[in-house]
Parts: sequence; structure tokens; C-alpha cells
Amino acid sequence: MDSNTIVSWPRMSENIEGFALSPNKSEEVHVLAVDDSLVDRKVIERLLKVLACKVTAVDSGLRALQLLGLLDEQKIPSETNGFAGLKVDLIITDYCMPGMTGYELLKKIKESSTFKETPVVIMSSENVLPRIDRCLEEGAEDFIVKPVKLSDVKRLKDYMTTKEAKVEGQVREGILKRKLLDTSDVSSSSPPSISSSSSTSVIDSPIRRLKMTSTD
Amino acid sequence: MLGFGADLLWADMNRLLAFLFHQGVLDEQFLQLQQLQDEASPNFVSEVVNIYFHESEKLLNNLRGLLMERELSDYKKMGIHLNQFMGSSSSIGAKRVTNICVAFRAATDQSNRAGCLRALEMLEHEYCYLKNKLHELFQIEQQRALVAGVRYPVQNQ
Repeated sequence: MDSNTIVSWPRMSENIEGFALSPNKSEEVHVLAVDDSLVDRKVIERLLKVLACKVTAVDSGLRALQLLGLLDEQKIPSETNGFAGLKVDLIITDYCMPGMTGYELLKKIKESSTFKETPVVIMSSENVLPRIDRCLEEGAEDFIVKPVKLSDVKRLKDYMTTKEAKVEGQVREGILKRKLLDTSDVSSSSPPSISSSSSTSVIDSPIRRLKMTSTD
Repeated sequence: MLGFGADLLWADMNRLLAFLFHQGVLDEQFLQLQQLQDEASPNFVSEVVNIYFHESEKLLNNLRGLLMERELSDYKKMGIHLNQFMGSSSSIGAKRVTNICVAFRAATDQSNRAGCLRALEMLEHEYCYLKNKLHELFQIEQQRALVAGVRYPVQNQ
């Protein structure tokens, strides 16, 4: 039995590599971009749209928290609070902003119960290693030095799978592992990219590589 | 005849771009913006650049105002404006303007009034130059699109 038996699985309208850029609107990746600079907002918006993402761009950390329903006055549960259903797959924020910095926003997001699993990426025009370290330690997924290019945003694709696709990816991994264990003739070729892509994406991040070498 | 004109304009546009790159006025980030322009977003570059012009003029006015203050100049505030100016300039690939902002900011860090005045003059001059050249570029691009569209309506990418 060769690995082509996977094609019998359901939901094959999605890219098998699990990046899930399917045309289905509900599975469209939604990115929240936070930057006080209008020029930068326009650029990041376009970069993300080119990669088929839905983008919401706001000009401050405060507005971002408002949108996510994380402002203190919004934490009181109420029927009128419609934020419970807001789907955000990635948050990308500038570091230097008046009022709330990107770092402070990152902390607030990671402290929340609703969005602490959402990947947060920091952008900064300054390549300051202690700043990068601080953000990564606080749970940032990645750090991009401005000006932001298409190659930077393409790298973020690894984090931009929707929650559904992530769960499915894990389910597929689980099923695949069981399948491999079941069949006596386990092929020597590595399993399809579904499982390897999610693990290599973490190691492939240049920031992670940078962090690993800097601790030597 | 019209098609020939479009080719000449295309050559003009590329010559101007090459010149601006060679002079260090623009860098590869400008190319990145051009790559993001397509049929879905045909005016992306000029839209972003026009926002940049609008913001930059406000920042330059603020900087001049702060520096001309009779009392003590607010160097910290100037630094904040310069950070903004630097950021947006680098985002559109305006390399020379960005570099002058860096030097200007260093002068504000030292509260060096003379240095700041010199830097402001250079910045205003450089910004003016950039604005003129980019306007020229957009004009050629518009003419080319017009001419190419008239001659080869089907071929228009």
C-alpha cells in the first residue's frame, strides 16, 4: 500500500499540505494587523491580501484589544457582547507605537484565555536583539525587521492556518500514524508533508535559528 | 505609431527608475511595492506614495515648527516625528530620505541645534527631490497606460 491511499480522506478540497488557502470563506485566514503608521498599514494589508488573507488593520493596541474583546470593561459577560465569535488566526503588530507598545499588546493577548493560543508576530524597524528576545520570551511567534517584504509574510504562512485546518492536520497525523502502525509494510519514504511541515516551520524560522545560536 | 510611443515611454520609465536606484534615491523596497501592484490593485504604488507625501509634509511642518521655537526646542518630540518619518520612508524605499532622518535623529539625541537645522534643510531638499521624481515617474506610467490602452486594448496586461 502506498501513501496515495490518503486521497480517500474527506475534506480533500483543501491543500493536503494543510496550509488551507481554500476558497471557502469561513476557512479564509484572518489576520489582525496593528500599526500606527498609515503607510505601513497599507503595505501590510496589501502583502497579506496578495497571499489571500482577510485583513483587519487597526491603528493602535487599544483598538486591537477592543476588537478582540479584551478591554477591561468588555470582560463583563453580556448577551450584547458579540466578540465571542471573532475569528483571528494571526496578529501582527508594530513594536513602537504611541500609547500601548506592541510588546504590551503581546502581553495582554498572551494573558487572555480567548486569544493566548493565537500566534502574534512583532514588526520593528530596529533590529535590537534584546528587544527580539524579550518578545520571543513573552510568546511572540516571530519578529520581522521592517520594511516588511513579501518573503517575510510568506514565511508567516506556516502560522496562518486556520484553527480548523490545524485540528484537521493533527487528526490526519494521528490517523496516518495509526495507518502506518497498522500496515505491516511501512514504506521507507517519510510521511506526507502534513506532519513534517508543522514541525519544520518552527525550526525554519530564522528568528528561532538566531535565538538558538545566540544562547551558545 | 501609438504603439511605438508606448515603448518609448516604457523605456523612459525604466531609465528614470534605473537612475533613481543608481543615485540611491530609491532602494529595493520600492521594487517590492511595484511587485504588489497588479490588475486587482493597479494604483497601489501611487496610492501608498500619496499617503506618504501627505504624512511627510505634516511631519516636516511639525519639525520646522519645533526647531523654530523661540524657547527650548523639544528634541524628544522631534525624535518621535523623525521615527515616524524614517519608518514610512523606509517602507516605500526612499533610501536617501531615510538616511537623512537617521542623521537628523542623532542630532536631536545630542540636542545639537545647528546640526538639526542643517539636517532639516537637507531633509526638506531631499524630500522635494523625491517628490518631483516620483511625480515624474507616475506621469510617465499614466501616459504609457493611456497610450498602450488605446493602441492595444486587448493586449493590456
